[in-house]
Amino acid sequence: MKVLLNGKEIEVADGITIAGLIEQKTLNADTIVVEHNLAIIRKEEWSGVVLSPADKLEIVAFVGGG
Amino acid sequence: MTDILQIGGRELTSRLFLGTGKFASNKIIPEVVAASGCQVVTVALRRVDLDYAEENIANHIPQSCVLMPNTSGARNAEEAVRIARLARASGCGNWVKIEVISDNRYLLPDNYETIKATEILAAEGFVVLPYMSPDLMAAKRLAEAGAAAVMPLGSPIGSNRGIKTKELVRILIEEIPLPIIVDAGIGRPSEAAEAMEMGAAAALVNTAVATAHDPVAMGRAFGLAVQAGRTAYLSGPGAVRQYAAASSPLTGFLHD
Repeated sequence: MKVLLNGKEIEVADGITIAGLIEQKTLNADTIVVEHNLAIIRKEEWSGVVLSPADKLEIVAFVGGG
Repeated sequence: MTDILQIGGRELTSRLFLGTGKFASNKIIPEVVAASGCQVVTVALRRVDLDYAEENIANHIPQSCVLMPNTSGARNAEEAVRIARLARASGCGNWVKIEVISDNRYLLPDNYETIKATEILAAEGFVVLPYMSPDLMAAKRLAEAGAAAVMPLGSPIGSNRGIKTKELVRILIEEIPLPIIVDAGIGRPSEAAEAMEMGAAAALVNTAVATAHDPVAMGRAFGLAVQAGRTAYLSGPGAVRQYAAASSPLTGFLHD
């Protein structure tokens, strides 16, 4: 199924959870923050959120800035 | 007696805040922090690059520093609030620099949207430090909205033009009962000292340090300058006169 991740449409397996997606993309769980359909999902909840088609995900982290 | 800056429940002994943007390499940041003595460091929040695993900037910032995420990228209060909440969710603490800009040439902040964002975020328990264009009424509204400090710009971000807004900043320092932190445009340590001599509570510097040929040395220079300016302010500088007033005695000359 298709979901939107950081503004780009990607293909993911049906029934995948946020935790599953993070692992698949080999992202650092300690440094990222996840927003799912405009709701911030805490790390402890990632494995409990199953993605649906057309879901909007934002995965963000700190970078240098003034 | 140590001169302490109290903001958001923290007691700071350094009045230099440092931005982490534009460094040629983030690896140098811990050295710059150490050389400058700064205790508050800003960062930005962005989408992760899914193709390239970058080492997180937080790894380069000492744990003892206060991490202050900015809401850069926000064009209105709603976007600023969203960024602030995401930043806090990272566990970095509850400080936030509100930065709401939709002017791409001068990067001047939108005071009106900044006030709206300050109200919302202060009510949610954030320690809010809004970046603003020095306007007295806007600063008063920010104080009423619950800001922990007010951060007027000296000149456009990254311009290194110094404190072009001096007269307006001076008025804020006089009228607003909150720490006034000059943020943006400070290009030389002397300009940071100038801000402190005026009575600013602190100075936030990024470009001038990050883009110096030797950022560590420049960080040290800024740390010293902020200390010098603050000490000068506390020492009660002498009057500025139009005419000369002799420094050596006017009696006992070797002539009649």
